[in-house]
Amino acid sequence: MNHKIIVFVKQVPDTKNVTGQAMKPDGTINRAALPAIFNPEDLNALELALELKDRYQATVTVAAMGLPAAAAILRDSLCRGADEAVLLTDRALGGSDTLATSFALSRLAKTIGGYDLILCGRQAIDGDTAQVGPQIAEKLNLPQISYVQEVQDYTEKSIRAKRAIEGGYEILEAPLPVLMTVVDANEPRPQNAHRILKFRKAKTPSEVVAACGGDAAAAAPEIEKLRSRGLLIRELGAKDAVPEDEFGRLGLAGSPTKVKQIMSVVLTAGEFKKIEPTADGVSALVHELIEDHTLG
Amino acid sequence: MACRRLSTNLSKIIPWGDIMAGIGNVWIFIEQEAGKIADVSLELVCKGRELADRLGVKTEAVLLGDHVESCCDTLFSYGCDTVYLAQDPRLEPFTVLPYAKVIMDLIREYKPNILMFGATLKGRELAPRIASEKCAGLTADCTDLKIDDFEDVRNKKSYKDKLMQIRPAFGGNIIATIVNTWDDPQMVTVREGVMKIGEPKPGAKGTIIPVKVALTEKETVIRVIERIRQEKSVNLKGARIIVAGGYGVGSAADFKLIHELAKTLGGEVGASRAAVDAGWIDHDHQIGQTGVTVRPKLYIACGISGSVQHRAGMAESNKIIAINTDPGAPIFSVAHYGIIGDLHQVIPMMIKAYKAKA
Repeated sequence: MNHKIIVFVKQVPDTKNVTGQAMKPDGTINRAALPAIFNPEDLNALELALELKDRYQATVTVAAMGLPAAAAILRDSLCRGADEAVLLTDRALGGSDTLATSFALSRLAKTIGGYDLILCGRQAIDGDTAQVGPQIAEKLNLPQISYVQEVQDYTEKSIRAKRAIEGGYEILEAPLPVLMTVVDANEPRPQNAHRILKFRKAKTPSEVVAACGGDAAAAAPEIEKLRSRGLLIRELGAKDAVPEDEFGRLGLAGSPTKVKQIMSVVLTAGEFKKIEPTADGVSALVHELIEDHTLG
Repeated sequence: MACRRLSTNLSKIIPWGDIMAGIGNVWIFIEQEAGKIADVSLELVCKGRELADRLGVKTEAVLLGDHVESCCDTLFSYGCDTVYLAQDPRLEPFTVLPYAKVIMDLIREYKPNILMFGATLKGRELAPRIASEKCAGLTADCTDLKIDDFEDVRNKKSYKDKLMQIRPAFGGNIIATIVNTWDDPQMVTVREGVMKIGEPKPGAKGTIIPVKVALTEKETVIRVIERIRQEKSVNLKGARIIVAGGYGVGSAADFKLIHELAKTLGGEVGASRAAVDAGWIDHDHQIGQTGVTVRPKLYIACGISGSVQHRAGMAESNKIIAINTDPGAPIFSVAHYGIIGDLHQVIPMMIKAYKAKA
């Protein structure tokens, strides 16, 4: 049997490496200084899918929802070994919270179809919610296994996985189809040199149009050429994946949570007491802490 | 499952005043392992009591498991009015689908106003499953909660006495206040260690409501083949003194210095994510957004640059000493004492000075 795996991936700002350079003088963050990257745990999910492809017969479809620029991580996925890439991009999806996002992605999964396994990274580093995976599972009426570290067996009917629990691990077995969220327990493979030669040229139709200065007619032959060579990244709008009577569940309209207020965490210049890194300086500090009963 | 109704329909059917008249209670999902209640659940009971008093409603616990009725008295002593007690062999150990089904059935029957979970591995997989089915908003990893009114300027609607769900976002670089404007319950997961646990009142009484557990094959399809767990090897939340090491420590061998200082001062050993990822110390010791939140009397950060994720887990400490060679390290922004120097020289000086004085 040939398994079909969908991996949901997200392009995110690199929030993990916010250093002094990314801070503005007022202490707030300079978002423009943060590069857009492949969400780290989504790379772990892709790696798990590719390992399963190596061990069992499977095709791997990588799918993302996001801005047109998110095509970059889909190209990256193709260079690492994914068979097919799909981008869902539409202004109607802007402002989605996790509920609206999971709704759109559940419809995207249905549109892709034929899957017996869906993999997501545990969480994305821009929101750190870990909610979208379980919510997609519920919307598709699938069982879920969260925090997966490795897959031990993947048969025609079921999957057996090791996953993290507080203070240990569990081995769980679920019937297919199932959704699993993956933690950073594997080492994502780099892009493959041979695949790079081919797939670095992969593009979405809108990327081709943009490269032709917005001239759709001029882009058409190039799009056809990419399609015939298997280098066209499939691009869907909301109407291609979601029935029109469900549009109210997308974007801001489909999001129950509203942001009331945003405050930047201001990194003020420290007003700490400076202690000299000498025996005398350290000794005086220890003395002070013993005196005020912090120590001892 | 499809949403049965959206808020826009709801407000047409039922006038807002009527909803407020029948405002639901504050619920806390109680996490337990072998009948021992997780600290975070008791922290949430105490916070829940505060929110319920403000709203004039009850504080109610949702307790699932098998042979766990002995937990009820503890829950009453921390301020619960009611415990919904669901006991069934299929609820032990925790698995997400049966738990989601039982809690979803309870929500339909009793219509709580607020539903809180600890932002633990269990809470963070269970809460979204329920929120998705209920089409309720869910805010992850809250660090503060309060009741306030909300003016939705965009949709020209105002809401009274809503739950303000306050959480860090964007890697901890911003703090967002989020409001759920659809159906109740207003759902949140709350980070461990940030809500203060109150004094229990032994002998406090409450009502136990036994829950009929209705599970079908659909919820019991996942089999637990093996389950291995042990209690954490270190109690960072209860520690008075924490000596934490970061990437600046340099190697697993040099991490001995951190252990040595902690032992000398009678403290516990903490670590930044970078040190844990480098494999120098076990994840149980990790402090910060993906680890434990601590507030000891004294926190000594050694070779920790102080990413916003790390600071989120320790900035509330009573006194903070930062030791770092980089004067620009963000850790100094939260420090009370700063030593710009090499920890490999400073720590032995500190050990020597303490032994000489104490």
